[in-house]
Formats: sequence, structure tokens, C-alpha cells
Amino acid sequence: MEDVNNHIESKRTVFVTVGTTSFDSLVRTVDSDQVKEALLEKGYTHLVIQMGRGSYIPKKSSGEDGSLVVDYFTFSSSIADYLRSASLVISHAGSGSIFETLRIAKPLIVVVNEDLMDNHQSELAEELAERKHLFCARPQTLCQVIESLNLDTIVPYEPGDANPVAKLINKHLGFPAD
Amino acid sequence: MVEFVLIFLVITTTLLVVRVVYVISQSSKPIRNRSQKHLSTLVVLGSGGHTAEMINLLSVMQKDWFAPRYYIAAATDNMSLQKARVFEGILDYKGADGTQFMQIYRSREVGQSYITSVGTTLLALGHALWLMVKIRPHVILCNGPGTCIPICAIAFIFKVLGIRWSYIFYVESIARVKRLSLTGLLLYKLHMADQLFVQWPQLQKQYPRAHYVGRLM
Repeated sequence: MEDVNNHIESKRTVFVTVGTTSFDSLVRTVDSDQVKEALLEKGYTHLVIQMGRGSYIPKKSSGEDGSLVVDYFTFSSSIADYLRSASLVISHAGSGSIFETLRIAKPLIVVVNEDLMDNHQSELAEELAERKHLFCARPQTLCQVIESLNLDTIVPYEPGDANPVAKLINKHLGFPAD
Repeated sequence: MVEFVLIFLVITTTLLVVRVVYVISQSSKPIRNRSQKHLSTLVVLGSGGHTAEMINLLSVMQKDWFAPRYYIAAATDNMSLQKARVFEGILDYKGADGTQFMQIYRSREVGQSYITSVGTTLLALGHALWLMVKIRPHVILCNGPGTCIPICAIAFIFKVLGIRWSYIFYVESIARVKRLSLTGLLLYKLHMADQLFVQWPQLQKQYPRAHYVGRLM
């Protein structure tokens, strides 16, 4: 992030996050020429990949030849900063990453990991995609989703409210309602 | 002699069944006469998204009603207790009002074989029992995943034996849109939770005893 402050206006970063585990098929897909080409086509200039415990190492690139600037790291305590500075987030389907991104209203493509045994994760991503809060993809469809990406269709996510749950718990325990 | 043993067994079994039925029928009924001003509260933290949801719920709850608070997270999960400490503003082992942070062995890690998980499950149960004897909470807040099953099972046994009556609240993860998790399903089917919340209306339709009052995230 240090060498780009001089042309910050034109900087449009795609941040890819796999969370605490590994998701090699996603990292491999975003590192493919096809996907990088599609992102460039959509006007993105930088690609930052949080690769977690994965074993596939993406190729770094300084983007001198007009290609995407690519950087990666394994883990960071400041994922929130990366999310905030991103123009597009491509995330694994963990609810933590999904809601952290939706809360700051960043365009989000969730990629479902089909290698997971108990794959309930796709439920949430598909439900939120149906409500147009995000886009849902699989590693093999990610390129298509990026090519047909239309950010104008996104419906902003209205954050939930824990108060009604707390109220029912209080009522059950005989605490005053307010 | 054999008959005596048999009669004894029949009587104890009958009493136990009656007690279990009583406990189940009394759970999910609200407290009428609460004598305590504060209810000691055990918060079972899941991991990543589960912990984030729990913290969201805790942030709107009255801290002085639910005190002291005991936070439990899996021994392999370093992040959750840290998040709870930040939430509580306590960086030490213990807070001023007795709030504590503890780790618990997990019965099964992701990818662990079923054979070795028999041993680890026993270890996890023993550890959970030890913690529950020490804490004996009035309120248990949990939202999965599996870490909370031994805790809730022991809490239920404590209720049956009259050791401690705990009120158990379970909030199903927002990630569950169409079906309950295994943990949620167990607590629902066995009537172990006083109140079980889901975060999607279509899920509540499938499980009519569950509550739906909106999302935590």
C-alpha cells in the first residue's frame, strides 16, 4: 500500500479474503489470468489476497505493464482496514466476513467453498444474494460473475437489531421490560 | 434379593422419568418469583461468526442483571476470549464483578477421526462437568457450534438432580437459513433450551417452538 499514495484517485482495490482457514481453489481462481483480466476490464487496479492457511501462493505483480497490481499475505489483525480501503470484496462464505463487509456497504462477491463437508455455508450466501445484498459464486463461476457484475443492482443491507431477543430473554427471566 | 433390586430399579427409573418430564415441562416457562437481583451468566462463545453474533446480543443486555459473567471458549479458539475481553474492557484474568474467561476442551475438531473423538469427547465432558460444578450458572447463553452441547447436557442433568436450575437460551446462527444446525436441532428436540431463537422467518415456520424476532447481525 506504500507505493500507491501518489495516484490514489485512480486506485481501485479488490480485496480477497479466505478467513481463518484455507481456500486454495478461490486463491488459485483469482490468481488466474482470466479473472485478473476480467477485473482489469471492470476498472480495478489492485488485487490484495488474504490467503490464510492455504498452500497455493499467488504471483506478486507490481503492475508495470498495465496489468493488475497483485499482493498477498496470510493473516492480518487489520482485516477491517483492508475491507475499508477496498472497492470490491471477494470473500469466503463465513458469516463473519460477510457481515463485516455488508456493514460497511462494500460490494461483495461471496465464493462458496464446495470442498467443505457440511456445506451449510451456501445457505446464507444464497439467501443474501436472493435479497440482492451481495453476489454469490463458486470458484468455477467467479469469472462469469465478475464479467457480468453490475453494482447498481445491489440493495444495501439493513443491519439487524439484537434488542428484541434481549427483551424476550429479560421477560422470561422476570426482569423489567425497559 | 433379585426382586428387591428390580423393584428398586423400577421405582428409581419411574421417579427419574417423572422428574425429567417435570423439568422439560417447567423449562420454557418464565420465572414468576425471582429472588436474586443478579443472575450469574455463562456465555459459551463459538468462534468467528458465532462469537460476533453473541457479542452483538450481549451489547444490548443489561450488564448488572447478568452478573457475574463467565465466558467459555474452545481451547483451540484464541480469538473469541480476546474479543470478549475487549468487549468487557477487561484485559486480566478476572474482572471487578467476578467476570471470568475460561477455555474448554472441544469434543471434536474439524476433520478429527471418529475413533479418537470418543476419547476427546469424554475428556471434554469431564472438563465441562468440572467447570459447571464450579460455576453453577443461573443463565446460559449459547449460539453454537458444538462446544455448548456438553454444557447444556450437564445443565439439564443439574436441573433433573436439583443441583441448579439454569435458564438456557440458544440463538441459532444467522448462517442457518433453511435448517437448524445439529446443536440447534438437539436442543430443540430434547427441549433443553428455555428459549431457542432463529434469525430467519422461514426457519421459524419449520420449528414452531422457536422464536423469530429479527436478526442479530
